Amino acid sequence: MKSALASLFAGLLFGFGLIVSGMANPEKVLGFLDITGLWDPSLAFVMGGAVLVGLFAFAIARKRALSFLGFNMKVPTHTHIDKRLIIGGLMFGAGWGIAGFCPGPGLVGLGAGEIKAVVFVASMVVGMGIFEMAERMRSGPSF
Amino acid sequence: MIDIAWSSFTPWSALIGGVLVGLAAASFLLLNGRIAGISGILGGLLSPSSGDISWRIAFLAGIIGAPAIWMLAAELPPIEIEAGYPALIIAGLLVGIGTRYGSGCTSGHGVCGLSRLSPRSFVATLSFMFAGFVTVYIIRHVLGV
Repeated sequence: MKSALASLFAGLLFGFGLIVSGMANPEKVLGFLDITGLWDPSLAFVMGGAVLVGLFAFAIARKRALSFLGFNMKVPTHTHIDKRLIIGGLMFGAGWGIAGFCPGPGLVGLGAGEIKAVVFVASMVVGMGIFEMAERMRSGPSF
Repeated sequence: MIDIAWSSFTPWSALIGGVLVGLAAASFLLLNGRIAGISGILGGLLSPSSGDISWRIAFLAGIIGAPAIWMLAAELPPIEIEAGYPALIIAGLLVGIGTRYGSGCTSGHGVCGLSRLSPRSFVATLSFMFAGFVTVYIIRHVLGV
């Protein structure tokens, strides 16, 4: 219950941040990605502001075994850089460049009732499902 | 030469919004002990394990509910989506498969990964930024759409 409330709070704050920053607007995102055209560098400041706060948060987290609500710190332990990481990143970036949506802003657009965002998010969930099925087939039947 | 679109340049709102995103990721980390990676939180619902569902749904409810709460107090800034439906479907599929295959998106690898100085997330962020720049270049300046 505590973790669900904290999650709800973090999700809301995240959504507000995307709305305030302009990141929730795909045209703004494409203006940022259009580095050889008339370039709008604004969204670099989103990442800058977020990482500035994040650096402090992770510095605090690193010194703790448990969160402030008493949960285990589940910070990723993978360090290897492999083909999956890069190919996945390139695929994601291509999709991001086509529509100007990454997952968070897609969800904000859906919440705002934008029908095009609903189509994007539905396709994204189908994509995630295709990935899950491919992973299960790769690892063989699990019965 | 780089041409800056000064008329649409909004560094302050971008910075303030970024700080809010950072505070969201920070509170998620320090309260729940988890990484606020949207693609991972959403994708994890497709192969759920017990005790792992409610916090995911709560986070997603927060982000999806944010525009409605916002509209109680102020007008929502414009959300301009120029892409047509076929493009949105292709984009969605690529984002869905790519973020799961590469273990993260702009939030997990970008915001959180860079904040914890992870070389792996740095490479992932370079990969999707590079592909984003190239894709927009091709669509806008080669195909001229």
